[in-house]
This record gives sequence, structure tokens and C-alpha cells, in this order.
Amino acid sequence: METKKIKDFLANNAIILLLFILVLYVGVTQDGFFSMTNFFNIASNVSPRFIIALGVSGTLITKGTDLSAGRLVGLGGVLSCTLLQRADYTAKFFPNLPEIPIIIVLLGVVLLTGFFGFLNGTVISYLNVPPFLTTLGMQTIVYGINLVYSGATPLGGLRKDYTQIASAGIKIPGISELIKYLLIIAVIVGLFFWFLYNKTRHGKYMYAIGGNENAAEVSGVNTVAAKLRIYTLAGVMYGFAGFLLAAKSGGASVNLGLGYELEAIAACTIGGVSTTGGIGTVPGILIGVLVFELLKTCMQFLSIDTSWQYIVQGLVIIIAVALDIRKYTAKK
Amino acid sequence: MSEYILQMKNISKSFPGVKALDQVNLNIRPGTVHALMGENGAGKSTLMKCLFGIYKMDEGEIIFNGENVNITNTADALSKGIAMVQQEQSPILDRSIAENIFLGRFPTKKIGPIEIIDHNKLYSETDKLLKKVNMDFNSKVKLSSLSVSQMQSVEIAKAVSADAKLVIMDEPTSSLTENEVEGLFDIINSLRDNGVSIIYISHKMEEILQISDEVSIMRDGTYVGTWPAKELTTDLIIKKMVGRELTNRFPPKENAPGDVVLEIKDFSSIDPKSFKNVSFNLREGEILGIGGLVGAQRTELMEAIFGIRHTVSGKVIYKGEEIKIKRPRDAIVKGIALLTEDRRATGIFGVLSVADNVGIASLDNYLDHKIVINNKELEKVVSENIKKMSIKTPSSKTQIKSLSGGNQQKVIIGRWLANNPDILILDEPTRGIDVGAKYEIYTIIEELAQQGKSIIMISSEMPELIGMSDRIMVMCEGKVSGFVEGEEATQENIMSLATKFM
Repeated sequence: METKKIKDFLANNAIILLLFILVLYVGVTQDGFFSMTNFFNIASNVSPRFIIALGVSGTLITKGTDLSAGRLVGLGGVLSCTLLQRADYTAKFFPNLPEIPIIIVLLGVVLLTGFFGFLNGTVISYLNVPPFLTTLGMQTIVYGINLVYSGATPLGGLRKDYTQIASAGIKIPGISELIKYLLIIAVIVGLFFWFLYNKTRHGKYMYAIGGNENAAEVSGVNTVAAKLRIYTLAGVMYGFAGFLLAAKSGGASVNLGLGYELEAIAACTIGGVSTTGGIGTVPGILIGVLVFELLKTCMQFLSIDTSWQYIVQGLVIIIAVALDIRKYTAKK
Repeated sequence: MSEYILQMKNISKSFPGVKALDQVNLNIRPGTVHALMGENGAGKSTLMKCLFGIYKMDEGEIIFNGENVNITNTADALSKGIAMVQQEQSPILDRSIAENIFLGRFPTKKIGPIEIIDHNKLYSETDKLLKKVNMDFNSKVKLSSLSVSQMQSVEIAKAVSADAKLVIMDEPTSSLTENEVEGLFDIINSLRDNGVSIIYISHKMEEILQISDEVSIMRDGTYVGTWPAKELTTDLIIKKMVGRELTNRFPPKENAPGDVVLEIKDFSSIDPKSFKNVSFNLREGEILGIGGLVGAQRTELMEAIFGIRHTVSGKVIYKGEEIKIKRPRDAIVKGIALLTEDRRATGIFGVLSVADNVGIASLDNYLDHKIVINNKELEKVVSENIKKMSIKTPSSKTQIKSLSGGNQQKVIIGRWLANNPDILILDEPTRGIDVGAKYEIYTIIEELAQQGKSIIMISSEMPELIGMSDRIMVMCEGKVSGFVEGEEATQENIMSLATKFM
């Protein structure tokens, strides 16, 4: 019995344990891995991806999905950049654009991407188009809109007050590095989602829809409204993440966010969001995103060829999901 | 050849936290119908799943056809000659009868080196099988065009086709009408005459006594004993199943119906084959039974009142005022609750906890500042309900899918009681539930009526309908065929109303 428990524990947490060993190995053999700089570097990379994964999570928990995530991140980033360039930048997208307060731009961006999320939700709940196809179509539409809008121009020359959101932070005595605003924002968004999922009707309704949509409707849950909220909030999160990513890299192009939806879905699944609906937690999603990001960083430190990095990432997704599903099937 | 086709010896099986089977024995003679009885959670299904290779038993041995066998999966069981007709069937609706029966083992022929499906043989074999189960159907017909009982016959044909020596039938009559039950019994009898043994699981005493040769009884995961069916009576079986005497099958009626609270006027479905021009009243503190055969559109009517189905005409007058119910939420807000017929499809949230399953319909009542759910308050109501309904669960955090059917049903009744409704519509509230739990549910219904709540109860079990109702509305072919006062109700007058328009 005891050995079985240990075996189960090992199998259920295999990915995390393996990663832990990998992190230890890389940390011991490579200089600079166990450093504040690297820690905060990873945190900065994780932050926007965590926000995207949280957006996707609601759609996954309700047995849906959202393939338009990456392209909406791209649209959010590009839109932010076009509106927040320096006045003296020679290749300014709107040469005569006055300086708009950042918060107004952010609101505009999330309103727009939220609107696209709302459209996803509308098509899914009123026209009963499967989420996979709805959001696949939306992915293409949004990319097209982004191309029309930006003309595929690479955008740079961002205002300093904008880029500072990602680069600046709070100084805490005793820690040499700044606590970046980016990290603080991600923590706040994470707490918001934890609250939403655990303490509100919306959260309970979401899990109920994922568990059994018909029963949810019979129990008085307005499933249409709940799904509209979920997809709209997802859209808002993508726009927000795009806004942050562009600030972080100091620019954007139409290809910003390419493939991020798949990464986010993979991270959620690694973090225990069930593909059959009704299950998933915010801490789990955070672990999923971390696993992915740490793996990438480890491989970079080990100077593994990027082509091979893709192969390893793909394998990790499949193994993680296989192990996760084993948890549910083994109980029979 | 030994005396038994199947011997299961000292079978034990534990799940985390419960011992589901404890040293259980079961001996089946060849060419007999053997009923397996016990309350829900007694371990019947678990025992059968061990036999069929779905579960792995912890201890014990199985001797089948004189050999000590170790069955590890369902294909294994089928190849040895054990087949199972599941309680919940899972047919592939868009494929033909033939394909459903031979799925996974299509007859093939060779064209040169290539093996392809032999369609001629597939259909002719299927036709032969269908004849065996008295089904006059083209084997190319899609499953979706069959009725529930016809689909079940197909399932049985499938079991027979595998040359089964032993067929397990888990609650085969739970969704059949009386005529269809007779048809099923004909099939069972002809199987028995051909030397096939049948393990028959059911809660319906009359059926068991009619069809079976021997009866084995289980209680709380243990084996109580085996008796020839001839020596048993309903009362004896109940006594052995619950381990005590059940003197009254229904609680004493002490509710007193008052004024009319709900008037249903001229309800007609959007589907011309469904209910038409239905009108009735419901009084405060009344238990209104709804009788009729399966297919009388009782469920459809209630679901339409509750806002799940569409209507072309109909008014709901509630406490003197006309109300519009467009979706379940509208009804719930007014204090109307519906316990649906199909627990799995529209009742439980399998992966969610017992607590979440209870709380989902009444979250509005536990809000701090209109937003934050007060989990402590909710937990209190949940544990009150678990206690009041005597729900057997390791904790309120347990996933509901791991509970037995009867306990799941109690959880869902608890869900509606948590909402404190004035009108409770119960659609087959005791279907697939054991005797003890049935009595508990009857008591709850009676208590609610005494508190002045109004109950509408659809039931296909005559004794239940007659024993519980103050008044019975009988439906036939989508229309109301009449009302019977509770004390005047008999099986005969209900039955004649239920077949009035046929």
C-alpha cells in the first residue's frame, strides 16, 4: 500500500519532479541560473503568459477552447504601439497623434479585444457553433484586421512612460533587483481570477457548465450569459497581455502572439485544467505556465539548439496530458 | 459438467474509504434466470463489474464453465462467453443495427491479399439474430429510428451474437412499458430454453418473482443468501434486503390540500406529437400524481412548464397572477423546482463535489455584499441537507459521481430543498433507487406537503402513485385522459385512463 502511494505520487507529479531535477542540475552546472536576475527575468516572461492562460482557462473549463487568443494578443499589442509612440519618432504610425493617456489606450485596447471575445461567445452560445471552429475563424479574422490596420509595419519608438510598465518597478530594501510592475500586475490578475473562480457565482456556474451544461441550465444557471462573460473576459485578458508584451519588448508587429493560444492551452492542461471540463484551479494554471517557462529557460542555459527545444516542448505537452488523464482513469 | 456455470467465491473489492464487496459468493446454474437483489450501494453493480472485467477484484476467485478464470477486460469476458446488457446503453445512433451489433468484429472476406468487410454476411447474420429476439426489423435501419425498448433488444441481440453462455442484465426494464417488459420476458425465456444463464438485476419485486428461478440477495457489500424464487415473497425479499421488517411502504398521509396555487391552462407543445391542450390545477399542500405509460408526454409537459421546452400555447397562473417562464431560472426565482427524470443527463455535475451539487441552484441566498459567496453559510446548508436526507458520502467534498444512484438522487433533492421552493415537480423521483431510500424520499415528500408545499409527482410505479398522491392526473398520448381522487385510485382505473386514446 505504501509503495503504491509513493508510486502514484511520483507518477502524478512526474513532470514537476523531473523539472525540479532539471532545474537543480542546470542551477548547479551553469553560472547565473540561480540568480536574482534570472529569477526576475523568468518572472517577467511568465507574467503575460500567465494572464493569457487565465483568459483561456475559463473557456477550457466550460469544455470550450479559444484559438483566437494569440492573434488577439497581437492585435492588442499592435494597437497599443500605434497609439503610444514617441512624438519625436520618425517612423510614427500616426504622425499627428497627440499624447494620449496610457490608461485610455489600455481601456480602448481591452474594449476592442473584449468585443472580439464577446463575438466568440455570441456565436458559440446563440448559433451553437463549436468553440474550436468559432475561435479558429476568429483567429483568422483578427489577423486579417490587424494586417489591414497596421499594414504589417513593424512598430517601435514607444513612449518611455509606456515601456516603463514592463521595465520599471518597486525597490524593496534587501533585494538588489526591482520588483517589476509587470510581475505585480500578473499577481493582481491572478488574485482576481482566484477570487472570481472560488468566491463568486460566476465561478461556480462556470464549473457547473463544464461539469454538465444541461444540468446547469435546469438548475437555473443562465448558461448563455455565463459563456458570454467567459469569452469576453478572455478577450479582455488577451488585449491586456498584448499591451504588456509590447511594452516589454519595446515594440510589436502583426506576428506578436503567434501561437500563444497553443502555449496557453498546453500550460493550462499541464496545470491540471481538465480537457473534459469542470476542473481547473488558478494555482494549477500558474504551475503549468511556470513548468513551460522554466523548461525553456533551462534549455537556453544548456545552449540546446532551438529546433530541439520545440521537439522537447511538444513531448512535454503530450507526456503531461497523458499523466494527467491517467489520474482520472486510474481511479476506476 | 459441474452443477454451476459460474461460481464467484469470496470476492472482495475496496475503493478508497469503502469496502464495496466483502467475501461475496454467487453461484449460477446453467440455463436459469438468477435475480441479484439488494439496495443501492449493496454492491451488485460492483460485483458484476468485477465479473465483467471492468473492475479488478482484490481477492477471490471466479470459476466459469468449470475453469478458473482471470478476466481483466470486457473483451476477455466476451470471448469467454459472458455478455452484459448495461443499464445505460451507449448505442451509436447514426449507424445501422447491423453495425452496432457487429462493431469491432465485422465478418470479413478476402479479395486477393486485402481483407474487407463482408456486408452480405453482416446483414444476413444480423437478420438471423434479430429474429432470435423477436424483432422484425431491417438490419440496415439506423439505431436512431428505434424506440428505447427496441434499442435494448438490439443490445440483447448483440449479447446473444457473441455466443454468450451467461448474460448479465442490469435494470433492463427501467425504461420499458409493461407491454415491452412482456416482450423482454419472452426473449429471456427463449434464451433460457437455449441453455443461456441470465443474471438479472432489478428493483422491481413483481418482475423478479415472475421471471427468475433463483434469487441472491446482497446487503452492504456482503452476501446474504440464495433462495429459489418460488419460496420468496415481496415482503420476504425486502426483509432480507434491508435486514429489518418494513411494515409500511409509504408514510401516513397527514397533509391537507388547501387553495389552488398553480393553474396550468391549455398547454400545447411546439411538437405536434407531444402534449396538447393540457389544463390542471395544483393546490397548496397537495401531492398531485401524474400517471400514464412511458411516452404519454408527462416529462415533456413538466419540462415545458419549467421552461426547458417550447410551447405554442399555454398560460401559467401562479398565486392568482399570470407568470411567464421562458427558462428554468424564471421558474426557480418564483419558487418552482424540477427534479428531472434523467439524473445523469440533466441532474448531477459528475466531477463536482457534493457541496457544489447541492449549492448550485441557491447561490443567490449566500451572498455577502451581493458578490462574494459566503462559503461557511453554504457549507452549513449543505451539511444540514446531507444529514436531513441521510446522504451516505465520505465528505461534502467528495465528487458526486462516486456516490450510489440513490444518494445522488438525494443530493439533487437537497439541491432544490436548499432553495426552499413552494412547488416541487418530481419526475420519477425514486427510479433506480432501493427500498430503504425510497421510503426516505417518500417521507420527505410527505413532510414537504404537510408544510404546505405543493408537489407534482410523475411516476410509472403504480403502487407509488396510489400510495402517495392526493389526486392523480392520468395522461395518454399527450392528452389528459382524466383525474382520479387518491382514495378512489386503483391500478385498474388508472390503467384504463392511461390507455384511453390508444
